[in-house]
Amino acid sequence: MKHLRSIDELGVDGLLELLQLTDHMAEINQRPVPKVPALRGRTVASLFFEDSTRTRLSFETAAKRLSADTLTFNVSTSSVNKGESLRDTVATITDMGVDAFVVRHKSVGIPWQIAQWTKASIINAGDGAHQHPTQALVDCYTIREATHTARFDGMQITIVGDIKHSRVARSNIQAFTMLGAKVTLVAPPTLLPPDISHWPVEVNHHLDQVLPTSDVLYMLRLQSERMSQGHVPTLREYSDQYGLTQKRVAQLQDSAIVMHPGPMNRGVEMQIDPSDVKNSLIHRQVANGVSVRMAVLFNLLGSGANLGGQA
Amino acid sequence: MFLSINARLDTPHEVMSATDVRRAIVRIAHEIIERNHGVEGLAIVGLQRGGTWIAEAITKQINEIETSLTVPVGALDVSLHRDDIGLRPVSLGAITNIPFDLTGATVVLVDDVLFTGRTVRAAMEGLNNFGRPRAVQLAVLIDRGHRELPIRPDFVGKNLPTQQDDDVSATSDGVRIMPKNASGK
Repeated sequence: MKHLRSIDELGVDGLLELLQLTDHMAEINQRPVPKVPALRGRTVASLFFEDSTRTRLSFETAAKRLSADTLTFNVSTSSVNKGESLRDTVATITDMGVDAFVVRHKSVGIPWQIAQWTKASIINAGDGAHQHPTQALVDCYTIREATHTARFDGMQITIVGDIKHSRVARSNIQAFTMLGAKVTLVAPPTLLPPDISHWPVEVNHHLDQVLPTSDVLYMLRLQSERMSQGHVPTLREYSDQYGLTQKRVAQLQDSAIVMHPGPMNRGVEMQIDPSDVKNSLIHRQVANGVSVRMAVLFNLLGSGANLGGQA
Repeated sequence: MFLSINARLDTPHEVMSATDVRRAIVRIAHEIIERNHGVEGLAIVGLQRGGTWIAEAITKQINEIETSLTVPVGALDVSLHRDDIGLRPVSLGAITNIPFDLTGATVVLVDDVLFTGRTVRAAMEGLNNFGRPRAVQLAVLIDRGHRELPIRPDFVGKNLPTQQDDDVSATSDGVRIMPKNASGK
């Protein structure tokens, strides 16, 4: 594997293999000294044109635990402000000797574009509303860890909220269905993409109807920076209909698990403290983020493609 | 006469039977206890994957011989510590499991076949992530020579002269050598 830009690029075998490899990385993170020399001498550059806390930090932590060197590109203090183009920026960093770029950008397709300008591996850390494959891997790994099943055959996963703007939803729908789960989307019609008839999902506009049958309840962040575009009438109305409340938690099955990719809007989609939800996996999602990203980096950079003078 | 010997060595053949393997394991268990004057502070760590079943068998023997203490056994996956990572992919599912502190322990590393010594070097580095052992010893079922590093086993089931490109497989059913240019059989 050279790049990780989307879940379908990975395929079901690649997905299962990465999740297995993550077990090895999770074990390293349990050690008194959680660091191995596997990627010594490799350099990973993070190129974030959009804000991020957990994705960027977990990629950097992952690289460091594998002994890779890290470069962080800070857009607000870079020569982008002097008018340097994306292409020149990538070329400049490539010239410094970089083995992988971790890229987040507001435009769809940027990771594919950059891959044409550099020999380094590209990891998509979010491109517009298109893909966020490592988040999907984290979520699959977290469900796998909680349910002790490698495949999700017959599992009912409900994704709630702002599907329209969510790259997490798009990557997760692909990954969950690849592993055999049935996915139901719950959102007001205004927060669904215009045409999803070809998506392998069911759609329901009423959260309360699907709660009792959901094995996994996946809450998305309402991207309230887009509120001005009239996608929801008021925050209050949205959170009444689609927010997770104590009353709604009570309707879930005892074994149902609750997830959220973060950052959370408390009082909007989460009207309840996640620590009050019995089977909340939100903290596991963050913890597993490091292990999953270690597996991705190791798979791209450590598999020997560039070792021993080959290739 | 020489011809017939050469013909035999060119085909895959058994060098230890299942019984030989069992006896070697029993002997190594005794030698480990003897060398360390008992089992206090002893911990056995098998190297994934080939060494884990031998480590478990040796530990079972030791715990049957010396019942005063229970010797713990763990498994170590060295693939992320190797200096030749690209040549040996991670063996999925063969995960490190050392649920005890190694600081101050005498650790016996166990592997099936000792060859270049690179796996053992990686294992010694990996062990450091779990504490600082008082001493590290090495037990192997087969020492086939061709060392590339200054590493020497403390306990050996059988010394087996091999060619560099032979394959050696060791299971509880016995040890087989498969010459590179095996003539069929």
